[in-house]
Order: sequence, then C-alpha cells, then structure tokens
Amino acid sequence: MIMTQYLWLIPGVPLAAALLSIGIGTDKRRIASGLAIASMFISLAVALTAFITTLQHAPGWHDSFNFTWFTFGNQALRIGWLLDPLTAAMTVMITLVGLCIFIFSSGYMAEDPQFGRFFAYLSFFSAAMLGLVIANSLLSLFVCWELVGLASYLLIGFWIHKPSAAAAAKKAFITTRIGDIGFFLGILWLYRDAGTLLFYDHGNGCLEPAALAAVGAASTAVALLIFCGAAGKSGQFPLHVWLPDAMEGPTPVSALIHAATMVAAGVFLVARMFPLFSFGANEQGVTFSLEVVVWIGVITSVMASLIAIAQSDIKRILAYSTVSQLGLMMVSLGVGGVAAGIMHLLAHGFFKALLFLGSASVIHGCHHEQDIRKMGGLKKLMPVTFFTYAVGMLALSGFPLLFCGAWTKEGILEHTAHWPVSHLPHYLMLLGVVLTALYMTRQMILVFFGESRDHGAEHAHESPWVMTIPLMILAGCSILFSLVLTPAWPWLESYLSGESAVIELSHLFEPVILISLLLVSSGLGIGIYFYRFAGKTDPLDQKCPALFRLLENKFWIDEFYQATLLTWSATAGRFSDWMDRSIWDGLVRLVANASQCLSQNTANFDEGGINTGFDQGCDSALSIGQTLSRWHTGQIQTYLRATALGMLALLLIYLWLA
Amino acid sequence: MTLTSLLAVSIALFSIGLIAALSRKQAIFILIGIELMLSAANLNFIAFWRFAPEPHPATGVMIVIFAIAIAAAEAAIGLALIIAVYRHTHTTRVEKMDSLKG
Repeated sequence: MIMTQYLWLIPGVPLAAALLSIGIGTDKRRIASGLAIASMFISLAVALTAFITTLQHAPGWHDSFNFTWFTFGNQALRIGWLLDPLTAAMTVMITLVGLCIFIFSSGYMAEDPQFGRFFAYLSFFSAAMLGLVIANSLLSLFVCWELVGLASYLLIGFWIHKPSAAAAAKKAFITTRIGDIGFFLGILWLYRDAGTLLFYDHGNGCLEPAALAAVGAASTAVALLIFCGAAGKSGQFPLHVWLPDAMEGPTPVSALIHAATMVAAGVFLVARMFPLFSFGANEQGVTFSLEVVVWIGVITSVMASLIAIAQSDIKRILAYSTVSQLGLMMVSLGVGGVAAGIMHLLAHGFFKALLFLGSASVIHGCHHEQDIRKMGGLKKLMPVTFFTYAVGMLALSGFPLLFCGAWTKEGILEHTAHWPVSHLPHYLMLLGVVLTALYMTRQMILVFFGESRDHGAEHAHESPWVMTIPLMILAGCSILFSLVLTPAWPWLESYLSGESAVIELSHLFEPVILISLLLVSSGLGIGIYFYRFAGKTDPLDQKCPALFRLLENKFWIDEFYQATLLTWSATAGRFSDWMDRSIWDGLVRLVANASQCLSQNTANFDEGGINTGFDQGCDSALSIGQTLSRWHTGQIQTYLRATALGMLALLLIYLWLA
Repeated sequence: MTLTSLLAVSIALFSIGLIAALSRKQAIFILIGIELMLSAANLNFIAFWRFAPEPHPATGVMIVIFAIAIAAAEAAIGLALIIAVYRHTHTTRVEKMDSLKG
C-alpha cells in the first residue's frame, strides 16, 4: 500500500522543520514560526490523505509497512508504520490541533526573545508524538515515547530563568520516567515471549492471536507493566503529580501537552495494546489488567475533579480537568469501550486545546495574571475569547446535543453502566460529570462575570486576530465534531471499531440524554447558585474551610510523596554517601596506606641494603685502582729497568736452581 | 781470532746498548742503544755461524740479513714516532712523556 509507505512524512516534516530551524539559528523569528506552521500544514495534508485512504477500505481494515532496522546475530529487529482508523484519526486530530496551537503561539509568544527556539521545540514535540502514533512496533513507539518526554522537558522548562519551571520540567521528566521503567520491562517481557515487537505483521505481530497465545498467562503482567508507562504519561494516579506542575511552561505548550500530544499518548498506548489487555478475557470481557485500568481511572478522575474545585490558578484548574478526563478515558478503555475512549480523546483534544488557548488569551489580555480570584468581568472586554471559552467549557462539561464532549461522555457512561464487575465506576463517573460542570461554572463566573477585582483585569484587552482565529477554528471543531458522534449516526464509533454505521434519528433522544441533561444542568445550577457572588474568598472556603484546605492542597499527595518517598530516597542517598565515604573509602585508603608502607620498606631496603653494598664495593675498587695507579708512572725507562731487574732475577733463580 | 774474543765484543756492545737504553734521557739515544743491542745479537749469530762445524748452511747470515732489514724498518718507525712526539710536545726527553701516568 503506497500510502502506508509514505506515512513517515507525517512526523518527518515537522522533525525536519525543527532541525532546520535550529540549524539556521533561532534568532530568525519569522522563518522559525513559518517553518513550523508550514510543516504542520503539510503534515495535516498527509494525515488527511491517509485518513481518506482508510475511508476507502472496509471497516476494520489496517495496513502495515515493515522493514528491518538492524540485525544482531541471527535476529533482525524490524520496525514499521501502521495505518488503521486509530492512527488516521489521531494524526488528523494532532496535526489539526497542533496547527491551531502553532498559529496561536506565533501571536502569544511574539514578545519572547527565544521565539525561534520555542517553535523548533514545538515542531520537535509534534514530530515525536506523530511518530509515536504511526509506529507499528512497540520499540519505535517507545523511542518516540521517550522523545515526547524529552520534548516536554524542554518545553515545560522553556523559561529556564524561572526556578519553578526548571523544577516542574524535572518533575515531569522523572515522574514519567518512573512509569517508563515499567513500560520498558513490559517491552522486554513481551519480546521474550512473543519474539517480536511489531504490532501487525501478517499474522505474526505481537497483537495478533498467534503471538498473544505464546505470551499466554504472562499477558496480565505485561499489560500491567505497559500500563505503568501509560499511567505515567497520561497522569494517572499515583503518577499524576507532574501534570499540574507542567503548567509552568508557556500556555500554548500546556495546550499541546494536554490536548494533542503527551497525555494522549498513554490513552493511545492502552488503546493500541488493547488486544493484549483483553487477552484471555472471560465471557463478560473482563480481565484483571482491564479491571486495574478501570479502578485507576476512576480514582484519578474523581480525585482530580474534586481538586479542581478548590484551585485558583486558571491553568491548574484546566490541568486537573485534563487529569480527570484522562481518568474517564482510561475507565472507558478498561470497560471495553475502546472506540468511546478514543472518541473522547479526540473530542477532548479539540475542546481542551480551545480552553487552554482561551486561558492563554485571558492571561495575555490580563498582563500575565493567572489567578482567577484577581480576574472577573472579562466578558465585555474580551468578547471573542469569552464566547469561544464558553463553547469549550460547555463541551468539557458535556452539555447535551450541541457540544462534542457530551456525546463522547454519553458513550463512555453507557459502557460503564454495562460493566459486569461493579456499578460503582458508573456512579462515580456520573458524580464526575456533576463536578466537572461545577468547577467549570466556577471558573467561568470568576473569570468572565461580575466586576473586575484587580487592575490587571480592569485593563484587559482582546487578543489579536492571530490568536482569536485559532480559537474560533477550535470552537467550530468542538461543535461540528459532534455531527459524527451522535448515537443517531455513530459514524466515528463504527469507523474506529470497524462496524458499519446506520442513521437512526430515533436514537438521538434516548432517556440517557435526559439523565445527562439533568446531571449537567444540576452541576451548572449548583455552580451558578454557589458562586454567583464569589469574589476574592471562595464560598466553599467560607462554608467548609477544612474541606477546602484538603482540596486546595490536592489531598496533600505532593506533601505525602515529599514526606515518604523523597525523604526515604534522600535518607538512602545520605546513607550510601556515608557508606561510600567511611566504609568503602576507608577500605580503599587502608589498602593504599598498606601498599604505601610496603613500598616505603622496599625503598629503604633498596637504599640502605643493596645500594650501599654496591656503593662500598665501588668505593673500594676505586681506592684500589687509585693505589695501583701510582705504580704506573708513565716513565718508560722505569718500566724498562724493572723489566731488566726482573730478567736478572729470573736468570739468577735459573742459575741457582740449575 | 777466536769465538771468545768475538763474544766478548758482543757482550761489550750489548752492555753499552743496554746501559744507554736504560739511562739516557734523550729518546734518540735510547733508540741508538737499542740498535747497539741488536748489533750485538747479530754479531753473536755471525760468530756462532762462523765457528760452527762444517758443512754449514747459510742460516746465520740469512737471519742477520733479515734482522738488519727489520732493524732498518724499526729505526725508520722509531724516528718517525720521535718526530711525531716532538711535534706534539716540543721535546724528546722521555721523562716528559708521561701522559699514560696513572
């Protein structure tokens, strides 16, 4: 298949743009942003072509293009590209949302001296994520996975002069790395048992029945290890702590991380590896690994929605809402609703990018004020931002009929309702819907309604068109996207799950709509009632300070980690340091001293014994020579006389003997 | 003329040569003394050859002729050495030639 072969262009073009813009120097601002936006546009075009290709085939079709990366011993390591509905939908969403964010960034970051570097990193980030999505091998997926981690590190810590940004970047990198250890072990285990890391390889891939049968009972362990990685990247409890801190980066980066790239990777991974997670399921479709996914998702989702109620930073509220929505997607995947989960991921990509860019616009307009307690009354000052933000907010809350988030949440709730293990996740998710509507209402009221509570908000101004147009595009997407999501024409769901869609308008008005309308309205109503006069102090803080403190401090999870894991590892580090300094170093020093002592003795023996003997021998030889040399007068006649005397003596002896 | 008288002359010649070689300070006189001792030896060869029983081959004469020829060469070398030393030290006195002194 020709298209699959050229799938590498989708990440390749942004990567080339990133390298090129670093290569030509990051001080060329127009070129850098132009390159990034153009490369994203090309990627979007290629992704759309790939998407159209998938449309031309029967549902459930997938195609892979594999090649040998390198050979070691008699084993060849093969990687490849995979084109299936999941990949196609993801690439289109990532490139479209990415394009909007890139265009927005060129306005938002216009004042920044590091503009070129920012765009190079953005392209690199998108390239890594796109590479991850098209990978047909767990190995190349893992490589891109780590590149995403690196890019997030660079972008969260983009304002390197801010210590909090550097700390947040480090935290994001290390926390996700903890999950990645599990992921990597899972990859190794899978490779040992299945013998391949290719997903699809004409019947031999690790997601195809033959290889899965070879993995057998170990599939639960492998799946859980891989889920560790997904939990790290997608901010699932207990590894969610990095996500809110990642707000230290520039706001378009938060939009990219939370909507299109990084956090979607974990959900995507679970969806991609779903055959492994569901391998050996009982007749109700439940496996232990999927149960774990559900419960982790439930805990994450409810906890994050509760925390979001008491936060005061506009971006942190959105960050916790992302954590909560990701939990929801994990629940959906866990109960078997892969298509529903991915649909929510795609819808979430649009409206969360919209919300983040909207918050960026608010922050930009309020002269870099992020505290919602100091805002208020922005409705009149920033009308475009207000309307688009309201669309995003209603989509996130799941307001029925018009907004895409409603339909996808609907789908997820339906799946959780039919989960055979327990009904608790369903009720908790319903609670989550109310909470989401509640905290988004609180945010809307505090930011856009009432009176301005600080001079930053009083002098707010609407953002330039380069920032408002992406907002409008994303708002349009958030509404229009619901056309393919409704139960009346569940086109996207059938496209993703490989069934054919039929239009049945009667499905549009099922009782479940009424329930969700009731829930969302109650959330909105409680929110409006509760926060209608909210000002600098929070109503919840006045009514129930203890609960508010608990939520404001995020259940003290960070403090808990600080007091336990971090303190323990610091203690272990200090202990190792002490061991190293006193015991191991002492041993080394002992050996060193002993050998020094030995060599000193040898040196003394050499000096005093052997050398002195030689010296004395030489001295006596010298004095003997000096004594004897006195006989050698140099007087030839003395020698001759001596010879003559000798001859005479010999003659006399001869005569006497004879 | 008897053998005894010839040997007496030879002894006298040898003794004069020996004393010259051992006591003279000039290198040339030492050389002359050595030549005298050689002449005494040659005279002995001739004398013993002359008074040996008949018939006698010309062995003594031959040796003497060889000895004279070699003595001539030796004298030439000796004189050349003395000239070379003289050029170097501007003296021919042997007590000054002690550069091999230990």
